Amino acid sequence: MKVVYFAWLRERIGLSEEVVEAEGLATVADLVAHLRAASDAHALAFEDMAAVRVAVNMKVADYDAPLAGATEVAFFPPMTGG
Amino acid sequence: MAVRVQTEDFDLGAEAEALGQGGAAGAVVTFTGHVRGGADDVEAMTLEHYPGMTEAALEEIEAQAMARWPLTGALIVHRVGRLLPGERIMMVATASPHRKAAFEAAEFLMDYLKTRAPFWKKEEVGGEGRWVDAREEDDAAADRWS
Repeated sequence: MKVVYFAWLRERIGLSEEVVEAEGLATVADLVAHLRAASDAHALAFEDMAAVRVAVNMKVADYDAPLAGATEVAFFPPMTGG
Repeated sequence: MAVRVQTEDFDLGAEAEALGQGGAAGAVVTFTGHVRGGADDVEAMTLEHYPGMTEAALEEIEAQAMARWPLTGALIVHRVGRLLPGERIMMVATASPHRKAAFEAAEFLMDYLKTRAPFWKKEEVGGEGRWVDAREEDDAAADRWS
């Protein structure tokens, strides 16, 4: 699946998107645990999950949301438009 | 009913005029957001968004407003990219036979847009960039409609 990052998560991780093998990852929380182990930058970006929001297939989701059928998962800070 | 995400500026007067056409709208309400400079010392602001999700989220917010108030039209225009103090960031406009619905729906669109549309602002102050934090007041403002 494709994982995309926005705002300070993109800057901190140093990537706007990456492809992650979805096998063995049942929920968003599983994906976060997997990403944390990918690099120090990932670990830092996902240090405080209270500051991070997630969308699965472009819809806002929770950390316990299942990844079945997920093609794109996005991580970003709380929205600040308007 | 329409949503647009764009880098270029928009013509507020022309958009409001277009939304009021057709004769059914007795009231057109517009809100325009600008980059605030002044006391905040903000030199510039860069807006980032999530292409695809942004448009879907704005359409969903607009559809909710249309279902909730007797609107004859609604429009959301939001700019992205680097903007200077005083520049227009975004607008909402609502049209309705009577003013109350148009006012309320415009406020609803703004409150929902701030907390549910995937935009992020980065300010430049003293040559340094800093991401704008979300405000709890904005969450509270959105919650009052649910």
